[in-house]
Amino acid sequence: MTHRGSRVLHVGPLARVEGEGALHLTVDDGTVTGAELRIYEPPRFFEAFLRGRSHTEPPDITARVCGICPVAYQMSACRAVEDACGVTVDGQLAALRRLLYCGEWIESQILHIHLLHAPDFLGVDGAVELARTQRAHVERGLRIKQAGNAILEQLGGRAIHPVNVRLGGFHRVPATGELGPLAERLRRARDDAWQTVCWVAGFDFPDAGLDHALLALAEPGRYAIDSGTPTVMAAPHTHGLPSGTAAPLPLRQFPVYAFPSEVTEEQVPYSTALQAALDGERYLTGSLARYAISGRWLSPLAQEAARAGGLGDPAAGKVCRNPFRSIVVRAVEALYAIDEALRIIDAYEPPPRPYVAVPPRAGTGHGATEAPRGLLYHRYTLDAAGLITAATLVPPTSQNQGAIEDDLRRLVQARLDTGAGDTEAELTALCERGIRNHDPCISCSAHFLDLTVDTVDRARRSPPCP
Amino acid sequence: MSAPRPAPRNGAAPRPTLAVFKLASCDGCQLTLLDCEDELLTVAGRVEIAHFLEASSAVRPGPYDLALVEGSVTTPQDAERVREIRAAARFLVTIGACATAGGIQALRDFADVEEFRATVYARPDYIATLATSTPVSAHVPVDFELRGCPIDRGQLLEVITAFLAGRKPDVPDHSVCFACKRRGTVCVTVAHGTPCLGPVTHAGCGAICPAYGRGCYGCFGPSGSVNLPALIPLLRRDGMSEDDVRRALRTYNAASFVEVEGAGAGGAGVKGAPS
Ligand code: SF4
Ligand code: SF4
Repeated sequence: MTHRGSRVLHVGPLARVEGEGALHLTVDDGTVTGAELRIYEPPRFFEAFLRGRSHTEPPDITARVCGICPVAYQMSACRAVEDACGVTVDGQLAALRRLLYCGEWIESQILHIHLLHAPDFLGVDGAVELARTQRAHVERGLRIKQAGNAILEQLGGRAIHPVNVRLGGFHRVPATGELGPLAERLRRARDDAWQTVCWVAGFDFPDAGLDHALLALAEPGRYAIDSGTPTVMAAPHTHGLPSGTAAPLPLRQFPVYAFPSEVTEEQVPYSTALQAALDGERYLTGSLARYAISGRWLSPLAQEAARAGGLGDPAAGKVCRNPFRSIVVRAVEALYAIDEALRIIDAYEPPPRPYVAVPPRAGTGHGATEAPRGLLYHRYTLDAAGLITAATLVPPTSQNQGAIEDDLRRLVQARLDTGAGDTEAELTALCERGIRNHDPCISCSAHFLDLTVDTVDRARRSPPCP
Repeated sequence: MSAPRPAPRNGAAPRPTLAVFKLASCDGCQLTLLDCEDELLTVAGRVEIAHFLEASSAVRPGPYDLALVEGSVTTPQDAERVREIRAAARFLVTIGACATAGGIQALRDFADVEEFRATVYARPDYIATLATSTPVSAHVPVDFELRGCPIDRGQLLEVITAFLAGRKPDVPDHSVCFACKRRGTVCVTVAHGTPCLGPVTHAGCGAICPAYGRGCYGCFGPSGSVNLPALIPLLRRDGMSEDDVRRALRTYNAASFVEVEGAGAGGAGVKGAPS
């Protein structure tokens, strides 16, 4: 079972991620020569059926791409259509959008930390099992999550696929004082989130280091969520440094409208998700990228939490390239989102109108925002009547797929190199953890991991994805 | 639907088993279960979660007392899987518009899926998909269908509780209009001339949209007794073009509203594929 060079593994479904995928590893005499993350989530064709729809429809329709991050879809859609129509939304309306997005960040990051990811570090199958031994931690997670959902419900109408978002702003905006009870709940959640940072910081983190470029939006003055300029931090190897280097590397920016020329998408035969490359290389987006690029713009409280959580000082440009520690970065981000939501609520004054008009015009618009799991780009082309003639959605998971594959290749290689002779179950558990480190949403681009490890000389391909 | 037989409850009796499955969908409906923060641990204490990949790596084989299925059937493999799920489940409940009515991905039913495939993928030949997106009931018998895109948390808990208690779920099939009256929301159509699908849409959400000042866009699908021919002139009066009306009916519950169009609307002017 464990002799090198002749290993074939078939492993059951991957749990605690969204959507469906499989992993195929090729091992050639003890060396991992190929890693294919096969996303076989059935295609849903959003880009095709958006054509012929009105320019007012993408926020509601594209929300349905993903039940975990509908607001990300709504916000990227609004930005892209508004860009096509030459409209900018600012002031209190923009602040309310950011508040809604904070609700989704809190809900999604806490869901991932407490229900999906923490079980990996504590050796249990899921949150229900976790609740048997660590009930207080699970209950605290549920409380924080509920505070995030409360923002979504009050401002958006409901937590999943909020109904109150429209082009130019909202259908209805909160009256003065209406957000008061929410603030009270968020203050409690802020204390809870601090506890969560401390809890996850105490987990055992295997050594690992990423060697990819990182891509995230950046917006000087604040941590980028709902807007910003695409910013790339170079990969360590391009500077002759070891992977996992925690020093900041040079940054490069490009405008959102240059996304299609900077990021190339390619279809790979084994997956329904397209794979993206930047400068011809694999790259990573998401919490680690945001933290590396914008860490110094975190609120003072979130920066303090990062230091307390063992991430080093973000103000001094310390980055985190250990994917296992992404759970700590996520906890810091959740705390930031709560802090930021409170800041927005404190400064809130109802705008004169719930939305600005977005009259259609012919043209193409681009929009990018930071979904909890990474940068989400939308592009729409409209005709003069406002009907969509072309739509492109580039979700975070398809961008991250290549980097995740490479990360898994390294993880498995490091295990093989120890000569530990891991069993199927051990290797699978390792790969599953490696995948969950990136909180991939495979619906937007997966729930099953069928792990297959093949020897290359037999060149046997596993059967086509179900 | 007949009432379930409660599992024997003597000392060592196993708790009823709950399984959650996913077909083509956004995960939103099963996330609704994880969003029941106040009740999640209570529910988890009353049932044995035997298969719920979004929540746990522990996967136990069937048979299951209650299977919740999210998502629609869009691949030959999923058509097969849904038969296996049926065979393993004492009660099968579909959750959400995808599983109950084909979902938003049923928009392919009105178009050329080959062309869709070629629009999204450079190598369409790598992608296996059916030309249609069909609800679970088109493949196997279903014990109960819960509507919504997404489903409502309260209704989901009611369905689970009802099945555990061995009674029929109390999920009325009147229209959103009733819920507006109950909530005390002023009718957006009467007061503001805002086009609204509330009169023909299944209640369950609590009439959220009108409370936020927008017309209902039909995410819960058609209600029990639908009078589309009466509604369409109102939508037109309030400024919707024929295309707007067609698109509004054909979005999240395209397949089931179209059934209603066919059965009830006759020449109401909403025929033909969108775009
Ligand atoms: S019905 Fe709507 S919310 Fe539920 S899975 Fe389908 S798209 Fe998602
Ligand atoms: S009012 Fe209509 S569109 Fe809005 S949430 Fe309820 S059923 Fe869905």
